[in-house]
Amino acid sequence: MNRPWILWIPLAVVAFIGGLAFYGLAVPKDDQVHSAMIGKKLPAFALPAATAGVPALSNTDIADGKPRLLNIFASWCLPCKAEAPQLEALKAAGIEIDAIAIRDKPEDVAAFLAEFGNPFRRIGSDSEMLVQLKLGSSGVPETYVIGGDGTILFQHIGDIRAEHVPMLIEKVNAAR
Amino acid sequence: MIAEAGLAALWLAAAMALLQLVGGLTLLRGGAGQLVPLIKPAAYVQGALCTLAFFALMWLFYVTDLSVLLVASNSHIDKPIIFKLAGTWGNHEGSMLLWVAVLSVSGAAIAFFENRVDPKTLSATLAVQAFIALGFFAFLLFASNPFERLVPAPLEGAGLNPLLQDVGLAFHPPTLYMGYVGLSIAFSFAVGALLTNQVGPAFARAMRPWVLGAWIFLTIGIAAGSYWAYYELGWGGWWFWDPVENASLMPWLAATALLHSVSVLATRNALCAWTIMLALVAFAMSMAGTFLVRSGILTSVHAFAVDPERGAFILALMLMYTSIAFVIFALRIGTVKQGEPFQLVSREGGIVANNIFLSVILAVVLIGTLYPLAAEAMGDKISVGPPYFNKATVPVMLLLMLALLIGPMLRWRRDALMRMKYLLIGAAVILVSGGLAAWILAPEVGLYPLLGIALSLALAVAAWMPLRGRKLLRTPLPTFGMVIAHFGIAVSVFGMAAESGFSKETLTALAPGESAEVAGWKVQLEDVKPVVGDNWVAVEGQMVASKNGDMFELGPQSRQFFKPEMQTSEAALLTRWNGQLYAVIAQPDQEGDGRWQVRLWWKPFVTFIWYGGILIALGGAISLLGRMFRRAKKPAINKWERA
Repeated sequence: MNRPWILWIPLAVVAFIGGLAFYGLAVPKDDQVHSAMIGKKLPAFALPAATAGVPALSNTDIADGKPRLLNIFASWCLPCKAEAPQLEALKAAGIEIDAIAIRDKPEDVAAFLAEFGNPFRRIGSDSEMLVQLKLGSSGVPETYVIGGDGTILFQHIGDIRAEHVPMLIEKVNAAR
Repeated sequence: MIAEAGLAALWLAAAMALLQLVGGLTLLRGGAGQLVPLIKPAAYVQGALCTLAFFALMWLFYVTDLSVLLVASNSHIDKPIIFKLAGTWGNHEGSMLLWVAVLSVSGAAIAFFENRVDPKTLSATLAVQAFIALGFFAFLLFASNPFERLVPAPLEGAGLNPLLQDVGLAFHPPTLYMGYVGLSIAFSFAVGALLTNQVGPAFARAMRPWVLGAWIFLTIGIAAGSYWAYYELGWGGWWFWDPVENASLMPWLAATALLHSVSVLATRNALCAWTIMLALVAFAMSMAGTFLVRSGILTSVHAFAVDPERGAFILALMLMYTSIAFVIFALRIGTVKQGEPFQLVSREGGIVANNIFLSVILAVVLIGTLYPLAAEAMGDKISVGPPYFNKATVPVMLLLMLALLIGPMLRWRRDALMRMKYLLIGAAVILVSGGLAAWILAPEVGLYPLLGIALSLALAVAAWMPLRGRKLLRTPLPTFGMVIAHFGIAVSVFGMAAESGFSKETLTALAPGESAEVAGWKVQLEDVKPVVGDNWVAVEGQMVASKNGDMFELGPQSRQFFKPEMQTSEAALLTRWNGQLYAVIAQPDQEGDGRWQVRLWWKPFVTFIWYGGILIALGGAISLLGRMFRRAKKPAINKWERA
């Protein structure tokens, strides 16, 4: 027993940590946090209208049998302004979009809609980000595909670019 | 020209390291050894050349030579001179050059000063040191050349991350590096002694001052980094269990354990294998720390200069050195003689307890730091934060403190607890009454802060006990050092426990003229004014804090830097003997009604955390001085030397 196996444990630990570290370096870093709610029903909520002239939003408004998009945005968010034309394009393709405005004020939302157009059917105001958290959303903008029965089918993190538009149309149509 | 000279110096230094390594190898293989006399001079020249290269880079930053890529991308003509100089190591290439320079200079220092170990062991140690240096020379020269030119040269340069433009932080990385790299010497000594079969008290006594020196720097570096995070990040916290903080804590834990076990080996010729193992682990942790900071593999607020490919290079180096060392360990440790026996209740036993607790904390921190990586490999994404670390480490830390109450008073080899029954009863009384008092005064505070306060009070007294009944003038300096360091632990833990258990916080929005209260302090926002600095503008909240008729001015700032663009928060701290008032002002409130977001904390005894840190380092320094004096007086070989 001059060289018991126990002496090789440190080396094994080093090898394990090394393997782990190389794996960590090799795998591209993905800092996005995906929602744990995908495949589940929308949580129950009823948000007040975010601004005058656009109806308020509750989970039953969304789950009315028709699949649609749910956009999480804010008037103070720059990428949300950048994605406005793409939302218009989606609306023009016949897709209904509901929205939740995060930490926003009615006059700011109104100014935002006046400047960038209103592609939304309904907008709920989530001033304390409570519904956003329940949806598993970690930022603005995010866009969810919701089935007709209220199931969360897909989450798009970040602004919608022109190349994402056909994919989103496809997803909504597939849910019909 | 200067840049090219610096680069040439690096290449020559690498050649010296190669010579040093080859010389050591021929010696170990029992060859004729013509190269052996060259090992020491090669170490000196290598150290000198690296110092030269580092000062060359510093000069380039001093004159802001923008034709050098590194200067152009990390400095700016308008930057204050101290930050221009600090820019030398405030970036990836420069900090790696500093790393290598410290490594080489330490190698030269052992070659020059170390006269007590067997010459063959010294040569082997220097060869190992050169082997490590060679890897990092390769890394510098092939993957991170600090002297690369930029054509055409830009007109003004990009600037240094403003978070790093802080005097305290200018000296934080070099201090930590001294600690990290200083541990390389313990590593080289351990491998050298294994290779030449010289693991014993002489080797331990030779290694001890280096471990102590590295440990002092690590202690200062961690304390300074913690204070920097506390006042610069504006979050009011002093420890976040961030991966990079952990990366500096882990070598410190290993070095602390090593420091204690190496004393056992030096004095009592016991714990041989364990000491060697700790020496290897400590430097492995240092390299892992460098790797974590440099690779960006874990998400961290510290990932200032991140590059995965370079990370792979450092990782490969680190794995190579650690694996080779542990293979040598596994093959050779069986040949190390069994140490002297001792009983459970003895100084040795106390130090073993210290080592076990420190190792458990180290393992807990290591697992917590790497777990997100392992979870990601299994397809899960999680982060491990303070809830885990606090729950898992604090109980062990408290146990460690409990052991520290009596450990230093035990005699070597064997002792009886009965001998100290009055002391033990005294400690228990302080412990229980302190805990009870705190519990009665503040029942809502959790268990850990109360235990922490009680234990630190008991330790504050017990730490001085080893001096009891001794003639103070004839007590060796290392004993004073130990006492002061242990007292420092009591001070630091008291601060931590008081801060985490008894802090008060207020978050509010104030318009000028309005005031808020926190822990009996009334803080009035008088006015908000713009302020202009060298390379930033800021809004400064002019506040008056008052309590019991005393009035103090506070001026927290929210700064906007231009090169590069970034916002930072300068907290205003009002230090009283019993705590700090901490004020932060943020940009105007969203509502746009002329209010400013203001955050106020009262942090009782929070400064004790860093005073304690300073005491711990001071204790180490006194102990180191004592060892150096004693060494100067004593002959190189003494009674412990065995054939």
